[in-house]
Amino acid sequence: MAENKSLGQEISKGILKENPTLVMLLGMCPTLAVTTQAMNGIGMGLATTFVLLGSNIVISALRKAIPDKVRIPAFIVIIASFVTLIGFLLEGFVPSLYDSLGIYLTLITVNCIIFGRAEMFASKNNVIASACDAIGMGIGFTLALFLMGSVREIIGAGQWLGMNIPFAHDNPMLIFIMPAGGFFTLGMIIAIVNKLKNRKPPAEIKCGSCEKCPMSGGCEKEAEKI
Amino acid sequence: MKTMMVILLSAMLTDNFVLSKFMGICPFLGVSKKLGSATGMGLAVTFVMICATCVTYPIYHGILVPNGLEYLNTVVFILVIALFVQLVETAMKKTIPSLYKSLGVYLPLITTNCAVLGVTVLNIDNGYTFLQSVVNALGGGLGFMLSLIIFSGVRKKMEYADIPEMFRGVPATLIAASIVSVSFMGFSGLFS
Repeated sequence: MAENKSLGQEISKGILKENPTLVMLLGMCPTLAVTTQAMNGIGMGLATTFVLLGSNIVISALRKAIPDKVRIPAFIVIIASFVTLIGFLLEGFVPSLYDSLGIYLTLITVNCIIFGRAEMFASKNNVIASACDAIGMGIGFTLALFLMGSVREIIGAGQWLGMNIPFAHDNPMLIFIMPAGGFFTLGMIIAIVNKLKNRKPPAEIKCGSCEKCPMSGGCEKEAEKI
Repeated sequence: MKTMMVILLSAMLTDNFVLSKFMGICPFLGVSKKLGSATGMGLAVTFVMICATCVTYPIYHGILVPNGLEYLNTVVFILVIALFVQLVETAMKKTIPSLYKSLGVYLPLITTNCAVLGVTVLNIDNGYTFLQSVVNALGGGLGFMLSLIIFSGVRKKMEYADIPEMFRGVPATLIAASIVSVSFMGFSGLFS
């Protein structure tokens, strides 16, 4: 299916039609955890994009060399290496972002989006298509995080990107930057996306077999079998 | 003893992995439909968290620190956890089939659970001793199970509710999770 798409389509599909967070519902943990501020959302999104781009390129380049049976550990090592790399880069150049992302930077390793793209796309397509796919998915993820972060920061702190917002700043609803507000905001945003797309939820994730699927932890299909 | 209790209870209630640290959201949303599977998943996660801590702590302090390789902890931890879970699954299938039936089926699902990697990294970051790390893992696992069990009850009620179409499925689940999270906020300040 992917071969006959143009590269532009590979990029654009990740932003709207197959937005990893809001449509495919992957990578919930960082989406909820770091979006107390819009700036953190952008930082997390860009860090994830970097890891996704690196791992997609390497995995698709090595897709014929990695035996099918050990592909999951191989993917894990590749992804974890890129996570370590971005950790160093952020610690060295943007220490404030490094501190505010904290442990969630390490946890990019187990972000379902990265595994999902490695499994569903990079292991089946060539390097250039995989790189475009990673860029598209990364932008989509960053935009979703930025949206979440903006809503929570404006309502919860009365600020946007650190700037005070008139009126909203006087009496911010603190609960929006607390964990409960994260769940609520994400639920509302997904509901609005559902409405706009006029689609019957939940989205069906197109994948091959559930056997040894790294994303099966959150996949309803797998959960129903038990 | 008092520190141990504080670590256990704060990992379980005030710093609940799912509801205040947002780790392990995927299984929280995926496997909380039925009480039975929620309990099984919770037990499996608790078990893997404790074992993962027992395995990674000596590796970190015995191998990585003396060689100055602390920065490799992400790569090493996730690999060790993945291998270990695979090993336990195979061993359990062969030796205790009855336990495998109730617990083992969840094992492959939690190899890449962020709560498991999270607890091992947090133990190192917080500078816990070995015993404190194990207690923290136990508390984290029990807290995970508690929130999963509570939430499975909430979801059961939601199945019979008439929810507007755009909210059906994940949005309604997330909003319900937000209300459960508010109730856990009541525990904050318990150990200050």
